[in-house]
This record gives sequence, structure tokens and C-alpha cells, in this order.
Amino acid sequence: MYNKGTIIPGLIIFVLFVTFPIWFNGLKAGTLPKPELPPGGEKKCVMPVEYMRANHMQLLNEWRDNVLRDDNRTVVTVEGKKYRKGLQMACMQCHSNKEKFCDNCHAYTAVKPYCWDCHLTPKEAALKEETH
Amino acid sequence: MDKQRRKFLKIAGATALAGIGAPALVRLTSSTALASEHGAAVEGHAAEAAAHGAHVEAVPQGVRLGMVIDMRKITEQPELLDHAIAACNNAHNIPQFDNRKSEIKWIWKAPFENVFPGESSYHLAKKVEKTDFAVMCNHCDDPPCVRACPTQATFKVKENGIVAMDFHRCIGCRFCMAACPYGARSFNWEDPRPYIKKYNKDFPSRMRGVVEKCNFCGERLALGQEPACVEACKGTGAMVFGDLNDAKSEIRQVLDKEFTIQRNPSLGTKPSVFYIV
Repeated sequence: MYNKGTIIPGLIIFVLFVTFPIWFNGLKAGTLPKPELPPGGEKKCVMPVEYMRANHMQLLNEWRDNVLRDDNRTVVTVEGKKYRKGLQMACMQCHSNKEKFCDNCHAYTAVKPYCWDCHLTPKEAALKEETH
Repeated sequence: MDKQRRKFLKIAGATALAGIGAPALVRLTSSTALASEHGAAVEGHAAEAAAHGAHVEAVPQGVRLGMVIDMRKITEQPELLDHAIAACNNAHNIPQFDNRKSEIKWIWKAPFENVFPGESSYHLAKKVEKTDFAVMCNHCDDPPCVRACPTQATFKVKENGIVAMDFHRCIGCRFCMAACPYGARSFNWEDPRPYIKKYNKDFPSRMRGVVEKCNFCGERLALGQEPACVEACKGTGAMVFGDLNDAKSEIRQVLDKEFTIQRNPSLGTKPSVFYIV
């Protein structure tokens, strides 16, 4: 091999550089996020926890299409409590703190959903609350 | 050499023949299927043509929500319209801009000659001339905006005939705004949030770069409520809402009794909002 002296150290430097985020954090993925459980003490979600953890985004899309396109606005009943399909109308009723619930994991996984460009978090809604 | 050329010419000739002959062969073998299809298409056209020739309107099917706006009542009590507009603004988190370019309108006021440009406004009755008309999306039976939308962000809900929007899908191309002959659509030129006076926490706001319009209060209808503007005029009969296809509905009673006009019916959009002037 020609130029062994430069190529091999070069490769080593390159691999070290590319894997920098991994070894710099001590081969750990950081502290796992712990999303806040509903402050109101609700124990049961509309779907099992495992399903929600993996597929809440699909469920939200399904609900969106049900409500907006298929005119299917049937309420979801969980433990006798009725929820209208929707991020603001169902999810945030229990998970009332978006910063401590949604953002927790989304920040960890570097996901930036654009839900809140339009949807109001309970905190925002309370800023300029409509009083009848 | 000569032998090779001869062989080449033979192969080339055969290939050319096969290329030219193949479509004919395909047509011959599948002739029966094609013929029956063609026949059906002709029949369909004939039926359609007969319908057109006889000017037979298709029998209405399902629910088609519509509204009658009684301008006589609004002329008497112009504040009714203000209440209706305020109710809509509150229900749908509609921002209030000072400059007209950024304006977001779901239900708004306009003078007669703008609402009915096809009607003569020459020597118009004074009371009509001075009154602001209530204008909103007509929820057309044949909506041009829906045809223009490249992403199907706006569509007709088949269950109730509402021309609805899915803001998630809107890419802000504004084709629908160009297509709508009634100017019923508004574009969010700016972030609307700072200009929303009060939030209704059951409804989202919109973001910059999205088109919006009246949705006939689909979300309120689901709860068994009337549209916000209709509720604001409750008891006066200034706005009547209901199913145009149901002969027994309140709106049909009004339509059967009163002479009503629609906005620009000659366009063939079949508006579902009617006016008693």
C-alpha cells in the first residue's frame, strides 16, 4: 500500500470524527425522557400505553381524517369520560402540560412536529381565554 | 462479409415487421373486451346527453346544508349582523387585522352591488342601498375551489354538502382563492396568533401561509348546535339554516314561501346560501 503513513491515521481520524456524538456522550444515549403523567390522575388513555407510545402520530392523523373528511366525529369514551376526537379536545384534556408531556420526548428524539403552529396548547389558550 | 450483411438485413426486417404488426395483433386479440367497453361508454354518454337535453336536474341525494339570509330582518336590526360576525370570530379564532390586505373573513359585510354584481343596482331601493349584506362562503353544490385545489385540502363533505377545509393539507397556493367567484376565501399573510383577541380553546388557530373560510360550523353541528352566526340571530329568523334536500326542514318552508336570490347563479356553482332582499 502506498502512503500507508497518511491513509491509516487519516481513516482513524475520520472514523473518530464521524462517531464523535457517540463517544463524546460516553456511549450513553443520555437520560431517558420521562413524560409527565396526567396531572389530573387519569390512568387510562384512549389506547394502550405501548400503542400510544409508538403510534400516537398515526392515531392523530386518523382522527384528523375522521373528523375533517369523513364527518365521523363520534366521541371516544374512556372510563366513562367522553372525549371529542382531537388534539386540543381529547389529548390535552388530561396531558394538560405540553411542555412536560409532548416536548419531553420530542426534544430527546429531535422531532419537531408542527401541531402547535395552529393548535393551541392549554397554556396558550389560557392566555387569551374566551369568557362567555 | 456478404453473408453477415444478408443475415443482418433479415433480422432487421423481421424486427421491423414485428414492431409494426404488434399493435394490430394486440387490437385483434383484445377486440371483444374493447368493443364492450366502448359500447358502455357510448351508452353512458347518451344517457347524459338525454339528461342535458331535457334539462333534468339530478334528483338530490343525501343532505345538503344551506342557509337563507333574510335581509329584511337585518335591515331592521343591523346590529344582528354585528353579533353574528362577532360570534363567528370568537368561535373560530379569527384574527382582526387593521390593514385590509391581511384581513381574514369568514362572514363579513358588503354592499348590494358587490354581493350581486349581476343584478342591476340602478335606482336601488334606499333601504337596500344603505344596508350591509351578510356574505360568507356559499358552500356551492359544484364548488370551483374544490376543483382548483391541487392537494385536496378543500373538499366537499359528502355527508352534508359542506365545502370544508383540511388546514393540515393546505400548501397556500391560493388557487382556490382565484377560483372562488365570491371572494369567500382569505389568506393568512401574517401569523394570525398575535391578532386573535380571544381564544376558543376547542378550535385551532391557523398558521401563516394557509387559506381559510367559513366551514358552516361543522364542529358545532357535530355537537348538535347551530352555526355561530345563526345562533347569534336566534329568534329573529334573520338566518335560517338547514337541509335543502329535506322537504320538511325549516329552511325549505322559508324557501317555498319567499322569493329568494342566490349570488351569481349563472356561473352554475349552485350556491347553498339564499337571500331574501
